[in-house]
Amino acid sequence: MPTVALFVTCLVDAFRPSVGMAAIKLLEDAGCEVVVPEGQTCCGQPGYNSGERAAAITIARRVVAMLEPYEYVVVPSGSCGGMIAKHYPELFVDDAEWGLRAKAVAKKTHELTAFLTGGLGITSVTARFPAKATYHDSCSALREMGVRAQPRKLLGTVEGLTLTELSERDACCGFGGTFAVKYPDISNAIVEKKTADVAATGAELLISGDMGCLLNMAGKLKREGSKVQVRHVAEVLTGMTELPAIGEARRP
Amino acid sequence: MSDAARERILGNIRKSTGGGISERTAVAQRIATHPRGVIPARASITGKDALTAFIARLKAASITVAEAAQLGEVPRLAADYLRANNLPARLRMGADADLAGLDWQSEVLRGKAEGSDEVSIAKAFAGVAETGTLVLTSGPANPTTLNFLPETEIIVIRIADVVGGYEDAWDRLRAVYGNDLPRTINWVSGPSRTADIEQTIVMGAHGPRRLHVIVSG
Amino acid sequence: MTADGTLFSARVSGAIADPQLQQALSNVRRRFVASRAAAKAALPEWGALSDEARAIKDHVLAHLDLYLEAWEQKATAAGAKVHWASTAADARDIVLGICRQAGAKTVTKGKSMVAEEIHLNQHLEANGITPVETDLGEYIIQLRGEMPSHIIAPAVHLTKAQVEADFRKAHTNLALDRSMAEPRELVAEARGILRDKFLAADVGITGANFLIAETGSSVIVTNEGNGDLTQVLPRVHVVVTSIEKVVPTLEDVSVILRLLARSATGQEISTYTTFSTGLRRPGDPDGPEAYHVVVVDNGRSELLGTALQAVLRCIRCGACMNHCPVYQAIGGHAYGAVYAGPIGAVLTPALNGVMAAKDLPNATPFCGRCEEVCPMQIPLPGMMRHFREEQVKLAKAPVSQRAGLAVWAWLAGRPRLYRLAARAGMRVLEMIGGRAGRIRSLPLATGWTRHRDLPAPEGRTFHDLWAERQRARGKA
Repeated sequence: MPTVALFVTCLVDAFRPSVGMAAIKLLEDAGCEVVVPEGQTCCGQPGYNSGERAAAITIARRVVAMLEPYEYVVVPSGSCGGMIAKHYPELFVDDAEWGLRAKAVAKKTHELTAFLTGGLGITSVTARFPAKATYHDSCSALREMGVRAQPRKLLGTVEGLTLTELSERDACCGFGGTFAVKYPDISNAIVEKKTADVAATGAELLISGDMGCLLNMAGKLKREGSKVQVRHVAEVLTGMTELPAIGEARRP
Repeated sequence: MSDAARERILGNIRKSTGGGISERTAVAQRIATHPRGVIPARASITGKDALTAFIARLKAASITVAEAAQLGEVPRLAADYLRANNLPARLRMGADADLAGLDWQSEVLRGKAEGSDEVSIAKAFAGVAETGTLVLTSGPANPTTLNFLPETEIIVIRIADVVGGYEDAWDRLRAVYGNDLPRTINWVSGPSRTADIEQTIVMGAHGPRRLHVIVSG
Repeated sequence: MTADGTLFSARVSGAIADPQLQQALSNVRRRFVASRAAAKAALPEWGALSDEARAIKDHVLAHLDLYLEAWEQKATAAGAKVHWASTAADARDIVLGICRQAGAKTVTKGKSMVAEEIHLNQHLEANGITPVETDLGEYIIQLRGEMPSHIIAPAVHLTKAQVEADFRKAHTNLALDRSMAEPRELVAEARGILRDKFLAADVGITGANFLIAETGSSVIVTNEGNGDLTQVLPRVHVVVTSIEKVVPTLEDVSVILRLLARSATGQEISTYTTFSTGLRRPGDPDGPEAYHVVVVDNGRSELLGTALQAVLRCIRCGACMNHCPVYQAIGGHAYGAVYAGPIGAVLTPALNGVMAAKDLPNATPFCGRCEEVCPMQIPLPGMMRHFREEQVKLAKAPVSQRAGLAVWAWLAGRPRLYRLAARAGMRVLEMIGGRAGRIRSLPLATGWTRHRDLPAPEGRTFHDLWAERQRARGKA
């Protein structure tokens, strides 16, 4: 039974722990023992992308040390996954010791759906989630983690779910971390194109694998008065129909 | 001023490059041997395949094509083209040996093109199948202005001069010129066009609006 | 916000609110992106050619002085006069000097980004010489007194109605009742006007996409043929170019040419690719009697051996900006720099200093599309991040941002305190979100809530739920 360390990510931890629980269920159903390493906070990406290299290095050292005892690290995010898998080695390019340690952790860090279909060979899920859906590929999942076919493969086995693709499949949603609040007008112009694309598909459900994108797109859709539900791919793959969608009214 | 600037610029560059013997040798060798890089499959064709692909690509680029079994037919095909397009029976051409001896049915003006010329006729040095590109070289045989001043150009290309890829054309050029190229080599791959206004393609921006190619044996 | 930042913000707002610009940009998005994708799909060797092109340029940059010397020697042997310019000012003066020496009254000009970079036209005009832009897009923006908004399609931001208005205003000799509603009519008019200029020109100025060391040649790439008329008709041909344009051989330039047009517009090759070597040969009936090449540094040599060296691989195809969500939203002028889009976000601070246009490396979500489509594999997002780091080092990043991130980093290193803060913060947000499940406005978070709601968190953090689950299991 493989032991998998879940790096839950700060946004999932803070905003939508159900996604973390769903990820654990998927991994346990696939035969893994899931461990949540102590002391997780953040992968350091906000600092890294803001030019705070020293702070990012400090955080990264903690994360590397925390994750290196495990054989597999799984992240329900392309963005944080990409930070560890692609950018940690770059952070330590001038540090022989930490460079090696970071590379070792980078090699064994996987995005959730990629790990399920690739590492674990899962080809289907037993969930039921009737909805007409569309899928947004986050930029980092697409370009840093090579995730495109994997979530679709599993979503294709969800009972009652149909998937219609967006017309601009490789388009950014405009989140970009601190970019969304530093350059809100540009971010808004970008997310408006995304929500228009979503509307054009006629989908009632928007799915993605990254919490940052999801909060951004859900926030825009709600502001526009849209009825489209927004969910993380892990929730859909575990059939969490009862959980209010992102930004939706709670049941009384 | 320029000499001081030259030393300053090259000096600054030299801080990062190594100007040693091995670097000099590498540079001299690359230039002397001019190795080929990746040649796409579409450029690696020869003979009949190259000719077929070449003609297809010319047509796809809004170039009209006529075929002559041998050079003797070219004057008739040229005259036919002028008539069919309501153009005056007058051709501007250079001193190209293949064109010079032909029995033209139209009035012939010789030398470089003038602003008032309506139709020019030139002979290509080579044709490249990979993108339907005509290679023309400057000089008394085919002055460069033939390719740009008139509104209509006819280019004659010999079948034997059609090659697969750009590198094949360079080899032929070197065979004739060494690496002392003529003043201008033009790769022409269609009539002049622009999409600068609302992304709408319009022909005849500044160069010829019409390009007609006669492929001859 | 700095004056520079305020200006950027104002330009962005203006661009987003401009319906004509937005329409033009959506055309760009549709056409250039789809065309490039089609061209790439039709060329199976794309990846190999890109690897090769990158390797060629890296090799050149590692031997740049030697290749420039080799090119210079060959060009000079063919009759070229080579001029070296360290700065933009030097380059402007050299070109002015050549024009004066030629007694130039009419000067025609093909498109050259280096000439834009050194602000050549303004300098010539201030000295009584008006160069006429002959690339149709450049001609139009010259009439308007604007900078190009895209490196290969300078007038991409304009509608045909705007162009008609500009032509009517400028071409006062022509019949007032002439029809100019369609692009084809506008092009025909420009052709006629510019034809006279071509024929009258004493000096023709072009750029150079490449310099070839093996043969001493300069290369231009156009669809209109304007660059060719600019260089074949006048007595004097001047090329304005920069040090990193040199490639070793004819074979090497062929590799890169296979990617240039395809990356730019999706064409397999530009209509005209022209290789110019020296001046007219004895016996040539046409061609220039003098051929000058002005080689400009303007900060490029400083980049060699640094983390930014790879930006010198750029072949100015424009693919990065065609695919950039920021460029697609704001267009080229909003960047407020000669070079726009992702390449501009790197080149502007690289050539002009870290604080030049300091918003540019910051105003991007790092989606990575630019790097993905760049035929020369330039790591543009990483270079923008480099400038963000430089701004932090110079203590020039916004204070509130640095403070917020400092708090964040402090908490991130202290898990217990982080948990407490997260637990408390999320509980508050959940309460504010209330029954609606989302927050419409939040003080201190107007950057988010100006245009979006903030979805409320579930209320408990994952770590609290996990700890609870583990305790329950422990009990069981």
